[in-house]
Parts: sequence; C-alpha cells; structure tokens
Amino acid sequence: MPKVTYIEFNGKQHEVNVENGLSIMEGAVQNGVPGIDADCGGACACATCHVYVKEEWLDKLPEQGDSEKDMLDFAFETKKNSRLSCQLILEDKHDGIIVNLPEKQG
Amino acid sequence: MKKTDAVIIGAGPVGLFAVFELGIMGLNAHVIDNLDKVGGQCIELYPDKPIYDIPALPECTGESLTKNLLKQIKPFNTEFHLNQRVESLEKKDHNWIVTTSDQEKFETPNVIIAAGVGSFEPRKPPIKNIEKFEKTNLYYAVKDKNKFKDQIVCIFGGGDSALDWTVELSKIAKKVILIHRRDDFRAAQHTVGLARDLEKEGKVEILTCYQPLDFKGDESIKTVEVKHDDGQQKNIEVDSVLAFFGLKMELGPIAHWGLDLEAKSLKVNTENFETNEKGIFAIGDICAYPGKLKLILSGFHEGALCAQECFKRAKPDEKYVFRFTTSSSDIQKRLGVK
Repeated sequence: MPKVTYIEFNGKQHEVNVENGLSIMEGAVQNGVPGIDADCGGACACATCHVYVKEEWLDKLPEQGDSEKDMLDFAFETKKNSRLSCQLILEDKHDGIIVNLPEKQG
Repeated sequence: MKKTDAVIIGAGPVGLFAVFELGIMGLNAHVIDNLDKVGGQCIELYPDKPIYDIPALPECTGESLTKNLLKQIKPFNTEFHLNQRVESLEKKDHNWIVTTSDQEKFETPNVIIAAGVGSFEPRKPPIKNIEKFEKTNLYYAVKDKNKFKDQIVCIFGGGDSALDWTVELSKIAKKVILIHRRDDFRAAQHTVGLARDLEKEGKVEILTCYQPLDFKGDESIKTVEVKHDDGQQKNIEVDSVLAFFGLKMELGPIAHWGLDLEAKSLKVNTENFETNEKGIFAIGDICAYPGKLKLILSGFHEGALCAQECFKRAKPDEKYVFRFTTSSSDIQKRLGVK
C-alpha cells in the first residue's frame, strides 16, 4: 500500500496509506483529507481535485491525457507540476509520493 | 406570482424525474435552473461520457439520459425557468414564496431542492478585489456584443466561448487580444484556425503560455498584467476584459435558508426527504442521510418518495391512493396514453 503525503495550503500534513489501484483523489476523499473537492466524482470533468506533485515524482506518473490538459485550464493557479489527482492511479512505485494542495479548488 | 403545486430547484436528471413522479399524481411543477439549458451536471460536465448504472439502460450518456427524461415528462408541459437562480424562500402560512434572480415569484406548498453540488457559477480568475470590476468592464459572458464596438478587448480562455467571441468580436472591436495558459486550445479546431488567420491579418493578437497576474484600475480595468511561463511580465492596456474560465459549482444562497446542513449537503429524513423545514425537500446529490450514495438512481427513488408527501401538502383534502402506471387509468390519462 503506497503511502501518500498530502500537504494542505496552510502546511498541515496528512500521511495516508492508500490501496493500489485507487487514485490520489480517492485516497484524500476516503480519508477525510480536506482541500480536494472532486465535484464530478472522478470523471475528469471538473478541476476540483487539482494538486501540485512534488517534482521528483512527476516522471513516475502517467502522462497527462487530453481531457486532463483541457480540464486543468479551469484549475486555480496552475503550475508546471499541476495535475488532477483523479487521474493519478497509485501503484507500489508511488510509495512515499508527496502532493501539495492549492489555496483553493476552482 | 405564479401558484403551483411544487417548485423544483435544479433541472438535472433527479429534478426532471421528480416532475414525472409529481405529474402522474396530478401535481404540476415549475423547474428553475441557473444554467441556460436542462440537464444539470449531465449536460454541463459530461454530455458524452458513458453512464452504466441506470437500471435497465446498460449504457447511456448524460445527453441521452436527459433527452429521454424530457420525453418521459413531455405529457406534463412543465415550465422551465432557466438562466436564473433561486435567491430566497419565505414562509407564508402553509406555503413558500420562491423568488428568483430575475424577480420571478412563485407560491407553492412544496419546494424540492434537487440542486446537485449547487448552482453553476462562472469561475473567476485569481485576482484580488476582482468584484469591483464586475460592475464596470469585466464580463464572464457576452449579453450585448455591441458594447465592445471600437474597443480593445482582452479575452482570457482556451475553450469554445473564448475562441468564438475572439472571432466574432474581431469584426467590430478595435482589437482583440486572446490570452491562454498553454499553446493548445480545447475549442473547436476550425475556430482556432479562424482565430489564427485573423492573427495573421493583425486583427487579433494571441498570447499563449500567459496567465493573469493582476487587473489594474480604479473602478474599471485599465491595464491587465500577465505573466509568461518563463517569468516575463507584460502590461496590456484594455477597454474591456472577458474571462472564460468555465463554470464551477457553488451551494450559493441555499446555505442561507436556515436548512440543516452537513458539510455542503442538506440533511433530510429518509421517509419523505423533507429537510428540517416543512414543505422543503432535498433529493439527489445535495441531500445527506445515513448511507446516502450519490447515484442518479438514488435520486430517482428519493424523488418518488418525496412526491408522496408533496401530494399531501398540495391536496390536503384529497385521499391519496397509491397506483401503478401499468394499471391506473388516471395515470394513463395524465400520460396521454389513454
């Protein structure tokens, strides 16, 4: 079970063990980590599960699909390491991954 | 003031099916939605995405589901009030007075809130004190394009709205400047091509990989400050700004109606889905109760049960007898099949 560290905008950290096959978004929602809204429920149809992935983990993640790129247009203050966490499915190799949460979603 | 048996807030699938459940019992309803079309999230967020868990429909899309629901409620000639939001609910004896942002008023014993995650509102760029410009020259939609005649118009966004208006306003504006955060546009490629042609003709300026940093001006925006991905900043003088950053969902005025909330949802009982206020119901994604699942099919069930209580409140002197659509001639008359 990969361990994911979510860092809220105010600096508060949440370390959560998330089952393989779940997304970083689901890991947050199911464990009550605040700051990820996921309004559309994981359909890559909104932009309210936006996270900043710690740089060294970026190349271990699947590439952005077109729908994710399109939806990121709607996210608040995107950066180069912006991703939609509903598209980040966890595997063993992601154990220890760190994501920062934006000031707000949408 | 319109008198009606029920007002339904939200024209998503659950609101539409509530029209059906009320309709077969002989109750009429008015439906109000903040979007410009019927269908809610199904149409706004995922019209083409497949849905696999509607009973007896192995596969459908948000769009086909909405179309079929509209067909199912056609016999009831329901009135829809789109592009407006319910601003207030006030109690008047046994009834509620519902007032919308367009100042339409309804008097009804039953208000059914089927508002999903809330109403869709324009997403605003992350600029401090942006609200003051909304009164002057910052727009999230075009209502009268002639306003932009001979102006320098700055358009933000990369979707259809941004590109369509770039092309359209270039015909009357002095200049159109289109700004987007990346090189790719999600708008229809044909429109992107038109905009690129206009750029060559000098009628349109396209800046990509730029994001808004600040809007400057006292009452109206005079200068737009943007930042390139490489850190370089630019000031652009403008007459108007159009921001097309899509829509987001907000609970909005619902939060201030004195209803019991649990996070961003409304607490209901599971017998008739009434909130803590008599005659105000919540169904679909917006309601909360132990075991709640945010599924369309759950919303259908919730609508059917809440309709029973709506009948009692709308026709207190009539005895309601439960009937099946298969065998009830009354229902079949209402559906126009007999």
